Amino acid sequence: MSAITMRELTKVYPGGVRALDALDLEIADGEFFALLGPSGCGKTTLLRTIAGLEVASAGSVRIGGRDVTNLPPGKRDVAMVFQDYALFPHMTVRDNIAYPLRIKKVDRRSRGSKAADTADELGLSGLLERRPGQLSGGQQQRVALARAMACHPQVFLLDEPLSNLDARLRLEARTFLKRLQRELGVTTVFVTHDQAEALALADRIAVMEGGRIRQVGTPTEVFRRPANTFVAGFIGSTPMNLIDARVHGDELAVAGARLPLPDGAPGQVSDGERLVYGIRPEYLDYSPTAVPGALTGEVVVVENLGSVSLVSLDVPGDHAGASDEAGAGDDSGAGRTSVQVVVPEGGEPEPGDTGWAVPRPGRSLLYRDGNLVTAAAGVPAPRADATVRS
Amino acid sequence: MVEGARPVTGASPAPDAAGLGRARATGFLVPAMVLILVFLVVPAAWTIYLGVTNYRLTGLAAAHPEVVGLDNYTRALGDERFRTSLLLTLQFVLGSAVIGQAGLGFAIAFALRDRRGPLRRVVEGFVLLSWILPSSVVAFLWIALLDRDAGTLNALLGIPGTAWLLDHPMLSIIVFNTWRGTAFSMMLYAAALENVPRSHLETARLAGASTWQQLRDVVFPRIRGHVLTNLLLISLWTFNDFAPFLITAGGPEQRSEILPVYVYKVALSGGELGFGAAISFVMLLINLVIALVYLRMLGRRKESA
Repeated sequence: MSAITMRELTKVYPGGVRALDALDLEIADGEFFALLGPSGCGKTTLLRTIAGLEVASAGSVRIGGRDVTNLPPGKRDVAMVFQDYALFPHMTVRDNIAYPLRIKKVDRRSRGSKAADTADELGLSGLLERRPGQLSGGQQQRVALARAMACHPQVFLLDEPLSNLDARLRLEARTFLKRLQRELGVTTVFVTHDQAEALALADRIAVMEGGRIRQVGTPTEVFRRPANTFVAGFIGSTPMNLIDARVHGDELAVAGARLPLPDGAPGQVSDGERLVYGIRPEYLDYSPTAVPGALTGEVVVVENLGSVSLVSLDVPGDHAGASDEAGAGDDSGAGRTSVQVVVPEGGEPEPGDTGWAVPRPGRSLLYRDGNLVTAAAGVPAPRADATVRS
Repeated sequence: MVEGARPVTGASPAPDAAGLGRARATGFLVPAMVLILVFLVVPAAWTIYLGVTNYRLTGLAAAHPEVVGLDNYTRALGDERFRTSLLLTLQFVLGSAVIGQAGLGFAIAFALRDRRGPLRRVVEGFVLLSWILPSSVVAFLWIALLDRDAGTLNALLGIPGTAWLLDHPMLSIIVFNTWRGTAFSMMLYAAALENVPRSHLETARLAGASTWQQLRDVVFPRIRGHVLTNLLLISLWTFNDFAPFLITAGGPEQRSEILPVYVYKVALSGGELGFGAAISFVMLLINLVIALVYLRMLGRRKESA
């Protein structure tokens, strides 16, 4: 069993930068876990603190029930793959893979065969006598993975595992990595700034900002029901539409339109309350003709994304971020904002057309002061300690 | 393809990349060549010539030196004092350059590698100070430090009357030269250590490697070229260093008479310029051998990399 438990974990750098702020997190045994966030959010510091390369200022880290907070990295039984792979250029692939075993004083013969076995598993068998400089980026990454696997650690830590690969190789490596993790079943934590990578790979994701965790959940939870507007804006290849809205009885006034209150909202909101309405471009259906319960406006931009197009509609209203301090003004609809809609191929409008965007039922969200209002219908509210295994 | 714009084909690059033409290129080279000829080649050739004569500073042989062939060399190799001096020089190079300067320099650089701020600046400042002070000043400071009766060291240790320069002349000049020259090695290794990626050291740490194992497996393979370059330079400098003369003058009883001091005494104090020139040439050959050994090791490193 090698779950990782962090309690009140804090890291303050000399100079006063608070990289981790009393952070609580549980990572289940065998889980593939992503730490996601913009640069400077503390995700790498968190990974390095689990590794023991950074010493926590306060709080504790437990791995497999053992308190490792004050143990040096070599005694934590973790292996880390660095962004640059950190292969030793003067050693052959075999010696690189066997290096942790050599430090653990495994005799030459058995560490050699162990290295060969591990290399076999990762499709590196013909490359054992090569130097890292003679390998491609993808091969180097697999050597680094093999070196991490060779000594059977309790936990794998991967720092930006795909960022040094070119775009095509990255997809291949992503699939490979997910399969490998599933086969090995070892608790794995990886850091990434790429939300698509986190969604694709992880069993669960922690979205971080400013040394704190803003949401922990499965990729589905984090994508469909972002707990706050930060996560809503960060997750998804196109950011969520966030528009100022106001409650009118059992309806919502959004961007000059009247929409039904989202599921779970009745009872949670009061009449006349000002909120932020959130809907992903993927969850809006475009219509060239008038439909009831739709946002409407002029098509200003059409961006071709391949199989779909991203259409921007110019609608009355304020973008949520723009009216934070203007909450006192009652009159919404003074400004203009845009709503983005994903339109499948064949149905693309022309700029200048008037279009209607219909929210799919059950996919719209309400935020009060940046936090999600609508209690989930069917989906439990994401909790930090909920462990979801696929 | 436009005629005349044909690119130069073949393995060798265009011989005239700068477009100067042979005459002007030669013009640029001549001043440097003349300087090298006048100040390096001619004196060296002159030394070789003197080495086969019985040229003296004064007397009959000063006016009419005679060619004596290899007599000077056979005399030197048979001379007990020369062989002792050579041995002392090797001790001096090994002790103060290879072990002292390189070892201490690396130790300081490694200890300070992650430090920024006042501590590092103060240490570097002091180490550098010993490197930039003029030899005569430094020699005076060390005589003042090691003096038998009024020396600072004896006062600090509370053992007045210990004659460091008389009882331990070699040790004194080895410690002196270590102190004097550590700055260069320290700075070179500090720069070299910047080239060792953090992630490599951290990978070793995660595997459980001790500091010694990290040095052996990660740091030294990475900075091997720097180490060899450093050893080459400081070995040659130390081999030819004359500053110990200012402290012990080769004494007592020639117990700290390293080769540069020996040559000075023979040629200038003793007036035997021909014999001194012969020994100088032997020194030149030894330097050449040292340089070749290091350069070969450097070359082998490039092949294996």
